[in-house]
Amino acid sequence: MTTPAPSSLDQADAVDVRKISRGQRIVKELLAAPLSARLGVLIIFIYVIVALFAPWIAPFGESEIVGKKYLPWGEAHMLGTDNLGRDMLTRLIYGARNTVGIALVTTIYAFLLGGFLGIIAAVLGGWIDQLLSRAVDVLMAIPALIFSMLLLSIFGTSVASLILIIGLLDATRIFRITRAVSLNVVVMDFVEAARLRGEKLGWITLREILPSISAPLAAEFGIRFCFVFLTISALSFLGLGIQPPTADWGSMVRDTADLITFEDYTPLIPAAAIAILTIGVNFVVDWFLHKTSGLKDEL
Amino acid sequence: MKNIVRMLLQRISLGLLTLFVVSLIIFLGVSMLPGDAAQAILGQAATPDTVAILRKQLGLDLPAHTRYIQWLGGILQGDFGTSIGNGREIGEVIGIRFANTLFLAAFAACISIPLALVLGILAALYRNSFYDRTVNVITLSSISTPEFFVAYILILFVSVKAGWFPSLSNIQGDPGFFERLDKTFLPAVTLTLVSVAYMMRMTRAAIINLLSQSYIEMAELKGMRKARIIVRHALPNAWAPIVNVIVLNLAYLIVGVVVVEVVFVYPGLGQLLVDAVQRRDMPVVQACCLIFAATYVSLNLIADILSILTNPRLLHPK
Repeated sequence: MTTPAPSSLDQADAVDVRKISRGQRIVKELLAAPLSARLGVLIIFIYVIVALFAPWIAPFGESEIVGKKYLPWGEAHMLGTDNLGRDMLTRLIYGARNTVGIALVTTIYAFLLGGFLGIIAAVLGGWIDQLLSRAVDVLMAIPALIFSMLLLSIFGTSVASLILIIGLLDATRIFRITRAVSLNVVVMDFVEAARLRGEKLGWITLREILPSISAPLAAEFGIRFCFVFLTISALSFLGLGIQPPTADWGSMVRDTADLITFEDYTPLIPAAAIAILTIGVNFVVDWFLHKTSGLKDEL
Repeated sequence: MKNIVRMLLQRISLGLLTLFVVSLIIFLGVSMLPGDAAQAILGQAATPDTVAILRKQLGLDLPAHTRYIQWLGGILQGDFGTSIGNGREIGEVIGIRFANTLFLAAFAACISIPLALVLGILAALYRNSFYDRTVNVITLSSISTPEFFVAYILILFVSVKAGWFPSLSNIQGDPGFFERLDKTFLPAVTLTLVSVAYMMRMTRAAIINLLSQSYIEMAELKGMRKARIIVRHALPNAWAPIVNVIVLNLAYLIVGVVVVEVVFVYPGLGQLLVDAVQRRDMPVVQACCLIFAATYVSLNLIADILSILTNPRLLHPK
């Protein structure tokens, strides 16, 4: 009580030490990871850099018309121009920001919604659990792409409704998995002890259950991101997702698709950009799943 | 036996209930829209009087539950109403379109199911081998690939460069069976490539799960031949998961056709749905969604029923 300053300093030091060792551990694990996982991390890293620094990397403005339509690949325009005469490389770079950004926001929103309701259903049980679970059953009975098309035609195709609709449909899957893993934790002694201590619902969910289920949820986040990303790309390709003039990979494929019959590779490039990122994320998730399940076996 | 019948009845009634709720969602969702069909047909310039008259003709002035019962009753008799876009009977269009979609899905299933089962069983038998790991990486990649990427690669190399198969599957009228096969070949291969990985991984997981059981180990320790272990001991128990995988995959194929149909301009239900959503032709959207959802729900139902029926524990109760 008399000397509070040193103890708080000690604590800060301790936190710092743990942080360093944690960072080192991550680096160590990465070096020991299989080739596919390292490749995945590298891919994600490159995409993040491109997305963050898009305006500085891109040679032109996002929807600036810089030349004639469908210019071939060349010096001035590395990947040529699209159906309106916009630089393909520029749009590809901005696409990293728009497409990935929107998919990421959607996934985070889906996780907050589905994860929160999933834990609530597991902790509270009873009629709330029944109500939520049956609602999720019904939502999952309709194939997600079809349902999102129905909802998009009702609410119109804006970015906001895209995020809300895809997020809601994806939250159902997250609800199921969160509820399932939380149910295993809810019955454990330390949760029981916290309940008997008289802790509130918020404490139990955030401090007791959430830390125990974070590993499977982290892997699920990667998987869900891929799903959301592919769904949004598919919808954009169909002309129902992200709308022009926003640069987006799915609609870029759609805009330049006619070129394919002239033996032009241009439409394949935004499609490949989608595929490579999803593959990278999947490699990392696969490694992570392998790792966490392996650790459990050892314990 | 009584047990099984009761389980089946429970499952079927649950399926019917789901279908009912789904139809309710599709109907109510659309009636929440601002404006209605009468307004959409007549456009902005219509006077309130003409809109009111058309509304009465279309029965839009009735309360929602009456309209729902009329709508559902009509569909059960094959009457899907009329399209706002071109005023045609939706039922006529949808019949042909749905048959086309089923043809494409069946074609893809004929290629993908045998392929996935063989690859999956091999991966399970030689698990953790080089083959297994290679297949793992390849399937992971193909799951992560958007359908249109695979489709355009195929179009570029197989159709445009090599000229082996047509890149457009615009079937009109009634071409012969073989011309139809030729024209739907590329879409079917695309669907196969996209779906085979998922099915293969599920098969692999099901077989590995079985092979880790103690009675298989017992058979191995007895010195039985590997082929006999698989045929006599593993397969009888593997049917349920495998059948499940197949039917779920069929459901996936029928729903997954949407993007592929658009790429290849194939006149199926998916293409119709996309067009209708773009034009906001709500009666057509409703009809397509209902058919897709009903197919999906019933295939899932069939998967469940088959897995109940192929479960040896339920068939031979103690």
